[in-house]
Amino acid sequence: MNKQQDIWEIAPSTHLLDLKLKEVWAYRDLLGLLVRRDFVSFYKQTILGPLWFFIQPLFTTIIFTFIFGNLAGISTDGLPKPLFYMAGITAWNYFADCLTKTSTVFKDNAAIFGKVYFPRLIMPLSIVVSNLVRFGVQMVLFLFFIAYYYFYKGADFQPSWAILLFPLVVMLMALLGLGAGMIISAMTTKYRDLSFLVGFGVQLLMYATAVIYPLSTAVEKYPKYSWLIKYNPMTTLIEIFRYGFLGKGAFSWSYLSYTSIITLIILLVGVIVFNKVEKNFVDTV
Amino acid sequence: MSLAIKVENLSKAYQLGQIGTGTISRDLERWYARIRKKEDPFLRIGEDNNQNAKSTSDVVWSLRDINFKIEQGDAVGIIGRNGAGKSTLLKILSKITSPTTGKITGHGRIASLLEVGTGFHPELSGRENIFLNGAILGMRKKEIARKLDEIVDFAGIQRYLDTPVKRYSSGMYVRLAFAVAAHLESEILIVDEVLAVGDAEFQKKCLGKMSEVSKGEGRTVLFVSHNMDAVMNLCKSGIVLNSGKSDFVGNVHDCIDYYQNSGLNSIDNWVAKKDLHHPHFSNIKYEISGEQPNLILTIHFKTNSASNSPGAFVVFGIKSSLGGTIMEAVPSLNPFVKFNGEETSYSCEVELTGFIPGTYFIYAWLGASEAESYDWQDNILSFEITQAPMAERTFPYSARTGFLVAQSKLI
Repeated sequence: MNKQQDIWEIAPSTHLLDLKLKEVWAYRDLLGLLVRRDFVSFYKQTILGPLWFFIQPLFTTIIFTFIFGNLAGISTDGLPKPLFYMAGITAWNYFADCLTKTSTVFKDNAAIFGKVYFPRLIMPLSIVVSNLVRFGVQMVLFLFFIAYYYFYKGADFQPSWAILLFPLVVMLMALLGLGAGMIISAMTTKYRDLSFLVGFGVQLLMYATAVIYPLSTAVEKYPKYSWLIKYNPMTTLIEIFRYGFLGKGAFSWSYLSYTSIITLIILLVGVIVFNKVEKNFVDTV
Repeated sequence: MSLAIKVENLSKAYQLGQIGTGTISRDLERWYARIRKKEDPFLRIGEDNNQNAKSTSDVVWSLRDINFKIEQGDAVGIIGRNGAGKSTLLKILSKITSPTTGKITGHGRIASLLEVGTGFHPELSGRENIFLNGAILGMRKKEIARKLDEIVDFAGIQRYLDTPVKRYSSGMYVRLAFAVAAHLESEILIVDEVLAVGDAEFQKKCLGKMSEVSKGEGRTVLFVSHNMDAVMNLCKSGIVLNSGKSDFVGNVHDCIDYYQNSGLNSIDNWVAKKDLHHPHFSNIKYEISGEQPNLILTIHFKTNSASNSPGAFVVFGIKSSLGGTIMEAVPSLNPFVKFNGEETSYSCEVELTGFIPGTYFIYAWLGASEAESYDWQDNILSFEITQAPMAERTFPYSARTGFLVAQSKLI
């Protein structure tokens, strides 16, 4: 009973860089169970069950193909339109879901956070992992599309070596969404206005990211303003994602390093802000 | 014996009123004060948490300079009126919110049960919820799996183990939730008034489990309840909180005596906290007149509602300091309280016959019928009887022989 590690202290403020990661590790089982809860409760009492995961990207792809592809005639870098859009949507949705769900984590869990303590970081982490499951399911749909166009339609594209960067790209998207979401969530506990901003902010951000158009077109049409899109870390990730699977897209090591550094900074700031707010948010929410 | 918990100069400040408007400018002000190494301008003017006094600042100290030590294996009751700071203390101990100043040190894992069934998901089965809830409370999966049979047995839900908990009766739900928490392998167990739910038999079972935990297994228990009988049965020592200060620390019997006799603050005026829209009490106050053994309690109350609602009647109850209701007064069964968008005042008289000296609490209920309750305010007022009902009696009055002395005479 008198083990040294059992000794704890509760004090008004802890060190800013005390990220409590050890504690998070001790609660790793909770993470798994929360992911399971999200997944099971999602399709309980539905007829289509996990099929719902397919419906959203499928319909968005169809609509984008009609509006941006056919009606507006935006270039898709010579790739089959549905394939181009689905790549962008699948990757973007993962980031956007991580961001929006994480940004309301305090508000959504106020009841449980107010009654029991566990490392709060577990909640946003479980959101990221839950969405990863969803993303995985949607990737299956995407791969199915690739196979269909490659073997059946004989479309002209080749996956490239960058497909090996896929795990890194997914991780960076998750961490970027997590970090930005945590910063927003910490601020929304006091300033509720931000939560209104997130919904349409994410939508606007999508247009500032190379989701519905390739980066090359943006550079060509708006040489002056394209830096805005280029320096958007999500653009790099989506371009690599497309370059890996479909063989068309911009790739450079310098942009990848830049994106990784930005992601790590946002993540670190996010965790610090989150841990700081977590201690007293019960009093303000 | 070694210390389990040591609390030093613990304080917690809360901001009253609206939080949200103008906070950016306040935050900047605070931040500016901090970089100049000055005191936080909004904390300096804090005052005690006397809920009746008109406040001069909008920061109150919910806890102020609390100091105590708890030894390992001790069972401690935390006693105090509503708003005395009990819940705040438990919240800080369970790390839900952090203190403003002071610190707590201790050792051993803490399991806190501030609410039954936190994190239960209605769609998941009993088994899944046991795992989820156990993990939320800090158990590892293997640990829960090892204790699963014991938990299910204690809760008595074997047949429903794989049924979603939304189909459970509320009793089963509570039993399951308590069972999970009670089987946590923690050195310190913190329990808020969760026993208020559930039937009498289950309450007994919970108390039994808790005393087994503290006496049999030598774990430390902190227990908050308004039920003094439960506190007396379970706890060895106690802490009396009053307006955020620890008034008395010691043996549980002395604590309860102190609490009952302190008669600290008779509260004779209560004002509803904010603008409410549904029919509600907006203000209740009382005065006591007459001579023992026949005192008259006159209650003046105001009601209000933003919208027109069916008429209502009122019930006032009088509770002893042990927490049980002694009697209820129903001045009229007619729906005499009318709601027409304006504050309306009423008064009623209650006869207090033969009350023994001590502190008593008042609750107020407002509703259209037994089934349609508008407002219920528990323990909002208190009064103290100092005079004995029989002036010539020399042997003491005690709660054990009843709170009322029956009016009797030889014939």
